[in-house]
Amino acid sequence: MKPLSLVSPVDATRVDLPRRRFVQGLAVGGAVAGFGLLRPGQAHAQARAGHPAVLSGTDFQLDIGRTLVDCTGRVRPATTVNGSLPGPLLRWKEGTTVTLRVTNHLREATSIHWHGIVLPFDMDGVPGLSFDGIAPGETFTYRFDVRQAGTYWYHAHSHFQEQTGLFGALVIDPTGHERHPADRDYVVMLNDWTDEDPAHIYALLKKQSDYYNYHQPTVPGFLRDVRERGLGDALAMRRKWNQMRMNPTDLADVGGAAYTYLMNGTAPAGNWTGLFGPGEKVRLRFINGSASTIFDVRIPGLEMIVVAADGQDVVPVAVDEFRISAAETYDVIVQPRDTRAYTVFAQSIDRSGYARGTLAPREGMQAPVPAMDERVWLGMQDMMGAMGAMGSHSPLSPRERVSEGRERVRPEHAAHGSPEPSPPAPLPTGEGSQAVHHARTEYGPSVDMRVDMPRTNLDDPGIGLRDNGRRVLTYADLRSIDGPLDPREPEREIELHLTGNMERFVWSFDGLPFSEAKPIHFRYGERLRIVLVNDTMMNHPIHLHGMFSELEDAEGNFLVRKHTINVQPAQRISYRVTADNPGRWAYHCHLLYHMEAGMFREVVVS
Amino acid sequence: MRRPALASLALAAVLFAGVVGAQDHGHAHAEAPDMGDMPGMEHAGMDHAGMAMPAASGSIPAPALPHAPHHHAASHHSSAQPHDMSAMPPMQGGSPPPDARDPDYSDGIRSSPMHGMDMGMEDRPRLATLRLDQLEFFDDRAGRGLQWDIQGGYGGDIDKLWLRTEGERRGGRLVHGDAEVLWSHAVAAFWNTELGVREDLGEGPNRHWAAFGIQGLAPYWFELQLTGYMGPHGRTAARLRAEYELLFTQRLVLQPELEVNAYGKADPARGLGSGVSDATLGLRLRYEIGRQFAPFLGVEWTRRFAGTAESARSRGESPSERRWVAGVRLWL
Repeated sequence: MKPLSLVSPVDATRVDLPRRRFVQGLAVGGAVAGFGLLRPGQAHAQARAGHPAVLSGTDFQLDIGRTLVDCTGRVRPATTVNGSLPGPLLRWKEGTTVTLRVTNHLREATSIHWHGIVLPFDMDGVPGLSFDGIAPGETFTYRFDVRQAGTYWYHAHSHFQEQTGLFGALVIDPTGHERHPADRDYVVMLNDWTDEDPAHIYALLKKQSDYYNYHQPTVPGFLRDVRERGLGDALAMRRKWNQMRMNPTDLADVGGAAYTYLMNGTAPAGNWTGLFGPGEKVRLRFINGSASTIFDVRIPGLEMIVVAADGQDVVPVAVDEFRISAAETYDVIVQPRDTRAYTVFAQSIDRSGYARGTLAPREGMQAPVPAMDERVWLGMQDMMGAMGAMGSHSPLSPRERVSEGRERVRPEHAAHGSPEPSPPAPLPTGEGSQAVHHARTEYGPSVDMRVDMPRTNLDDPGIGLRDNGRRVLTYADLRSIDGPLDPREPEREIELHLTGNMERFVWSFDGLPFSEAKPIHFRYGERLRIVLVNDTMMNHPIHLHGMFSELEDAEGNFLVRKHTINVQPAQRISYRVTADNPGRWAYHCHLLYHMEAGMFREVVVS
Repeated sequence: MRRPALASLALAAVLFAGVVGAQDHGHAHAEAPDMGDMPGMEHAGMDHAGMAMPAASGSIPAPALPHAPHHHAASHHSSAQPHDMSAMPPMQGGSPPPDARDPDYSDGIRSSPMHGMDMGMEDRPRLATLRLDQLEFFDDRAGRGLQWDIQGGYGGDIDKLWLRTEGERRGGRLVHGDAEVLWSHAVAAFWNTELGVREDLGEGPNRHWAAFGIQGLAPYWFELQLTGYMGPHGRTAARLRAEYELLFTQRLVLQPELEVNAYGKADPARGLGSGVSDATLGLRLRYEIGRQFAPFLGVEWTRRFAGTAESARSRGESPSERRWVAGVRLWL
């Protein structure tokens, strides 16, 4: 790890002291200076490190500006809301109407999108679809009814501003009582901070897509496998990858080589701390506000009861670990009974770094930080879907072999009870409603592979988490507590394939980047089934604006309502949408560089 | 682009032949890997019980399941006709079947007039690239000099204006060199066609060529470039380049490289015989201080053939030579 210091957001425009000295002094002192500190009494004041200001009520003034921050020992400009990174925690109340005046102090246009909030499309904050964006010096007023509760977040939808700091948490208190009352309530926001200019990162990825991958297969690794497994096996487990020009270590586009992972704006060395009293119930609202990072989260020594996913209450499920893809949120309840510290550990999917914080009875305590898990290669199921998963015959990647006869431990369902997991279903064999239909536009230079038999099971925790001895949450464990929003069966099906070409760093739906694609039309009022087939070897968190995505299992049974659905490599997933919110909506992969490279569509509901 | 594989350069020649041979049918077919040899693809593996196994359970044998009704047709099909996986469509390349899905779900609705431009989205950005693949000093029996292999260009994912130059200076003068200006056009996932001109410089009269070829990444991570040339007076030429990368660590990379030149007819004024004129095999070991900057040390063997070798002998030069090289690789 690089040497790290606390994030010290400082508003550049309002600081009279020599800038560098000011920032460094604060970094050394370990304090945080939002400009609230300089102007006591302002609503933007931050209480203490890693605990951004909480703004609650129905009227908000948000100022977007450039702020100098120091996450890594280098002072860099960030795009911030009210001068803090993350922006202030906004606390709304279900059933109210909120008014948010957002003023742009930048030299370029900006925007804020309220992620996961169902609202009129002209309030959705996507420049070019919802509105024109907020021009420099201008104020845009968002006003809408809050008709949901739970944990959400907000972020810029303009260029790379989300990567440079424009994000914050959004917590909506329910009209009634909280289903799972807790003694303490913390937002745990995860982010990937970079000192580099994200536009430069994007250009580098275009020129050399594995620029940030420092975990590639090597000759010594090959020789070790020859020694341990014999030449035949060592060749076999590389053959398919090499033949297809695919990299089995391609887990993240940008990793620890450029990122410092933050928990509530605090680098690992800064150790964000949430306090508890022994025996108290602590609600942790995890938000992955990363531009391009998927995290695996656990708190060694504590069982986590997952009570909500993407802001929507689910049947509680007890786990040791969960994967949180970009833009997802999970609410968990923990109940630490001992008077000791616990590490909140969020390692990136490519094991190139981690965000870390502490739950402790008092400030200044810390628990051991676990080593990151071993790095594993993508498996055959990540390349070939169901066909790859069949293969006890197929050459599995290193450390992906499963010990014979060992069952994966299923997460136990918590006291509230949950429907018995349905028995494994017969998998589609490529006929009937679940056949895969590649688009005719998937055969050009923008697509480097297609999966003909994707896997449809949802009980796979994904690469790097399989059979790790811990109870890991999967989508198969999630059940929305109140059933689907709309009981109707889907009357129409739209199949879309997630496509890309890693060598050229081109990403798209159906082989057509956004600039070359037509909008997708949802007919107003219809109940739709969206089928996504991931024809790539990367995870893609797909986010539909304005309407919930109601995830189904392989047999079409409703599971869980989400705003962002992570589709694993070579996986087929389906979900239902009710097209009840007219307007123009964004629909995209929430990995920022994939979105920028074209994995984006306009959805028109009319 | 980096090669995570271990394989021999000899394979490059085979692949080269494959690529060339497939040109008539469209090279997209050449890159489609043969799925017929996929492991576990025998008939038994195709039955539904095997297919039903959740991916997460890896090699755990799944219990046989009763026939689900909707399933019957498929399993009947597979038992009636043993599955030959080579009949499976390839995972890469190829052309769309006649019944391929239409990706248009617009019902005739047009995009938002701004079409997301305000978002700052640029999914086909045009970028400028400069790659100094080799900028190096060399030392051989005849003395020392400087040689280079530089390329760069400007453009998007599909179309680029591409420039290439390689050459050699010794004793303050240009011994030989050439420069190419090409339109590079992506035609398949890993392949670009190239069309343009080449100018030969250095000793002897300059020569002008029209250039056409393909460039891309062959299976097993071989970087290939094959270009044909046509000049005035019925002159023809061809050049093959193949590169590979072996990672010893994430930063220490050995790069073998092969270049072969051929000419349709002799060009005595430039010391060239007809047929294969020369082949150069290089080995460079570089250390990537950053991805974009790497010093290297290496060795290069060149061999001239037939008329070109005769011509070298007549000038008192050896048809074969070995060079030590030291230089830098950097790109922007």
